[in-house]
Amino acid sequence: MAPSFDTLTEQDFHEEEEEEIDFSDLKEQYEVKLEEGLDTFVVIDGLPVVPEDSRQKLVKFLLRKLNTVGRTSEDAVFMPLNDKGMSEGFAFVEYETPEQALAAVKQLHGVPLDKKHTLAVNKLMDIERYGREGRIEEEYHAPELEPFKEKEHLRSWMADSNARDQFALYRNDKVGVFWNNKSNPPENVVDRAHWTQLFVQWSPKGTFLASVHPQGVQLWGGASFSKQKQFPHPFVQLVEFSPLEGYLTTWSSRPIQVEEGQPILTFEEDGKNIIVWDIESGKPLRSFVSHDLAAGPAGEDDVQPKKKVQWPAFKWSADEKYVARMHQGQSISIYEVPNMNLLGRTSVKVEGVNDFEWSPATVTRDGIKQYEQLLCFWTPEIGSNPARVAMMSVPSKEIVRTRNLFNVSDVKLHWQSQGAYVCVKVDRHSKSKKSMATNLEIFRVREKGVPVEVVDSLKDTVINFSWEPNGSRFVLIANGEAPTGAAVLPKTTVSFFAPEKKGNTIGNFKLIRTVEKKTSNGIYWSPKGRFVVVATVHSQSNFDLDFWDMDFEGEKNEAEKDVAANLQLMKTVEHYGVTDIEWDPTGRYVVSSASVWTHSMENGWNLHTFAGNTLSENPTEKFKQFLWRPRPPTLLSKEEQKQVRKNLREYSKEFDEEDRYAVDIANTAVVEQRKRVLSEWLAWLRREKEIMAEEREAFGLPEDADSSKLAKDARVGNQQEGDTVVEEIVEEIIEETEEVIG
Amino acid sequence: MRPILLSGHERSLTQIKFNKDGDLLFSTSKDKVVCAWWSANGERLGTYSGHQGAVWTVDVSPNTVLLATGSADNTVRLWNIKTGECVKTWDFPTAVKRVAFSPDGSKLLAVTEKRMGFLGAIAVLDIAYGDGELNNLNVQAEEPSLRITCNESKATVAGWSYLGKYIIAAHEDGSVSQYDPKTGDQLENVQAHEFDSQINDLQFSPDHTYFITASKDKSAKLMSASNLAILKTYVADTPLNSASITPKKDYVILGGGQAAMDVTTTSARQGKFEARFYHKIFEDEIGRVRGHFGPLNTIDVHPAGTAYASGGEDGYVRIHHFDKPYFDFMYEVEREQLRK
Repeated sequence: MAPSFDTLTEQDFHEEEEEEIDFSDLKEQYEVKLEEGLDTFVVIDGLPVVPEDSRQKLVKFLLRKLNTVGRTSEDAVFMPLNDKGMSEGFAFVEYETPEQALAAVKQLHGVPLDKKHTLAVNKLMDIERYGREGRIEEEYHAPELEPFKEKEHLRSWMADSNARDQFALYRNDKVGVFWNNKSNPPENVVDRAHWTQLFVQWSPKGTFLASVHPQGVQLWGGASFSKQKQFPHPFVQLVEFSPLEGYLTTWSSRPIQVEEGQPILTFEEDGKNIIVWDIESGKPLRSFVSHDLAAGPAGEDDVQPKKKVQWPAFKWSADEKYVARMHQGQSISIYEVPNMNLLGRTSVKVEGVNDFEWSPATVTRDGIKQYEQLLCFWTPEIGSNPARVAMMSVPSKEIVRTRNLFNVSDVKLHWQSQGAYVCVKVDRHSKSKKSMATNLEIFRVREKGVPVEVVDSLKDTVINFSWEPNGSRFVLIANGEAPTGAAVLPKTTVSFFAPEKKGNTIGNFKLIRTVEKKTSNGIYWSPKGRFVVVATVHSQSNFDLDFWDMDFEGEKNEAEKDVAANLQLMKTVEHYGVTDIEWDPTGRYVVSSASVWTHSMENGWNLHTFAGNTLSENPTEKFKQFLWRPRPPTLLSKEEQKQVRKNLREYSKEFDEEDRYAVDIANTAVVEQRKRVLSEWLAWLRREKEIMAEEREAFGLPEDADSSKLAKDARVGNQQEGDTVVEEIVEEIIEETEEVIG
Repeated sequence: MRPILLSGHERSLTQIKFNKDGDLLFSTSKDKVVCAWWSANGERLGTYSGHQGAVWTVDVSPNTVLLATGSADNTVRLWNIKTGECVKTWDFPTAVKRVAFSPDGSKLLAVTEKRMGFLGAIAVLDIAYGDGELNNLNVQAEEPSLRITCNESKATVAGWSYLGKYIIAAHEDGSVSQYDPKTGDQLENVQAHEFDSQINDLQFSPDHTYFITASKDKSAKLMSASNLAILKTYVADTPLNSASITPKKDYVILGGGQAAMDVTTTSARQGKFEARFYHKIFEDEIGRVRGHFGPLNTIDVHPAGTAYASGGEDGYVRIHHFDKPYFDFMYEVEREQLRK
């Protein structure tokens, strides 16, 4: 089965076929005329049946509800009466705009009016379209229930008895999923040609693999990677999952054009770029037009100006209850999920807002009763107002902490993975704007009042910064002076920081060590902390990967004894043309890869252990992507994890045994295979010799027919006696002089 | 394994060939000169000059009396090896890309290029050896005794199977075919390599029962001469120009590298200009020999299996005499087999 999007489900894409069929007769009969003005009407069912004189009262009562979503008036409500002078239990309502009518349908449908009555709100057009005579059968037929089908377990890979990890490999036109087998070749799970058209992406907890096609996004999962869900966003280019895998955001540079007959997209999606989907139902929650960061002048259709898309456009809070988007320089819009209404009906106006980040976890702050989600944002200097970094609590929208900054040219916000700290990296320029320096302002979020610690003394600009996952240490890379115009890379310095040791509390951050004259530009922490790879990627001349251990178990450097770390360089590895580095989700392996998307030289991927021992090198033609399958968070409690760590020695004994056994098995298999191949070869040779001998006899040729027909006439080859090399050394005396001394 | 560097050519090498005794090595190059060298010490014995264009190919008669060369000047020339004189010239309509003596030396095949309206063809010439005292070597047939025209895809290389029973030709489209040398009929055609990836070399085992092909599709195949069955496949990571089977030890040597036209755009480590040794039976790569700074165009192994030589785009021939570890290396299963 070629898993291209065309073969997914027929019903989704039958409009292509329709183009070829002449269905003008059907069109005439069924086409819905979109009459101007009717869009503002809604029909309300489920009203109480009242006599004429109390109709007025009911309308007034109803209006209170109706006006919560839009504007309408008593005149615009029409409640017809029947022959007996009683209302029929329904009413027609006209809103001011079609948007308000739509909002009424969305928000008032199914809302109780009183204890006995529940409103049913529909657009007048929809009643026309779907409820016309002949479209609804008179008698009720119970919908047929499909027989229950056992679905594949979406987390089946977690049950691997050897606790191996999976990865997706995209090379040439093929995408495969494999088991990592350490230094042995990976074991294939599935391998499909043309599985995706642009790229593949795992969901954050590894449940789904997303493939991207011009027709939309398809999610795959389960043991056999079967189709799970599809999201038909035409010409989708970017995909983003929410952190708990509940929602999906898709983006396309082309505004969506919704055509009649699309089963999932409605007219609401027309002209939009971004759709937020509910993964469970496969339906769009809400769609948006994207705000481009800096839209260039509109060019020709095919020569589009390079716009910088703000991605991820929507950022999710850690608990997935809120999603926010920034309108650069103006406001941050926070939406409640899943109804996608603006929190408190309005966006948060922040003049000049440049960037924001959610805390990646719900922080347990000191002195607070109810833990809320935190959001950090910054604004640059405007006029005489200083630049500002602020932290806001959501949903209360209360500002927890702000800090003013001066001479700011850029700010980057780095949350620690548990939300315990935010490092605000401030690039400062001097008054003359000639030299740059970087300040780190670290917000200690958990502590009372959120104290801010300033780490300066960095003369150079910091180009990369990364927190230790679940830890309180960090690594940064600063740029040295770049020789202008020279082809050589600017030298960089790598600095390691850790908090001072201070009993149980976490002390001030202190520099452990600075490594100078590097070319590194990438920091890759192990997902479990402690180990970090500092590498030079995307470079033409340097490709080194340094494997560091932050808690080396050997002798500690005297000068660094008061910090909570013991830094040690374990190994340096080179991988020519490396472009990407990825840790496996357990922190056991590191894969460095060189993708054809960046350059076409020596593409492929190498597997290393956490300590930098290279296990395998896999040069792969047209290699594109290597992605470890993420794992969901552990189900073990803290105590259980501690227990495991305590008994690590015993467990490792078991595993070592298994490894040895596996190696034995593999070796025997190889030897057996070789034996078989060798005996097959020898048998083939024997058979071939016999055939040759037979044929020679048949031709009546002598035994040595092939060795020089006329050998006896000419020189005789002396092969049988082996080679004898006769080397003659001829000494020629060119000149001889005699000198008498003394 | 210290190589002997032969620097007698001014342009890239096209083919090198040991004689049957292995004491001589003949090399041809695009600089129109054919050279003969002592294989033991790399001293030049002499040159054969006369060709007006790049010399594409060379072969030595099994008794080391005659040397055949094919050139871009549309001729095949036959030389007296000892005296260096040209004893015979055959004219063809197009360039000659490959010549090969039959195992008994009585016939010579010549593969001609497809060009200027002429189809690629394989011509078979009868060869006479005079009176045995190296006289009258110039008495040769004027016309080919057989002409095989390649209608579909032109032949790039060709050779003789054991007893001269078949002519095996490899084609531009990656296929290998078997011809009857008496009638010229095509007996078999096998798409051995990827479609449209040219086969650049074809060399036989010492007994001519099987052969190895080297192709642009980055692989070499070991095939049976009698039924063209693919016996082994050796996968490399670079386009291959030449492949050779080693006697005495069960290895094959492959050579190639980034195509000449792409070399300037890539770094030296990109070129992969190494001779690669594979185990003939297990298909594993077991070693590489560096040295050339251009792609390897041609490889030949000493008939006794004690040395090999490679000729590169860089204009050098390197002769490597194998050291003891080369002969000692053995897989465990082979050792077992030997003990039996």
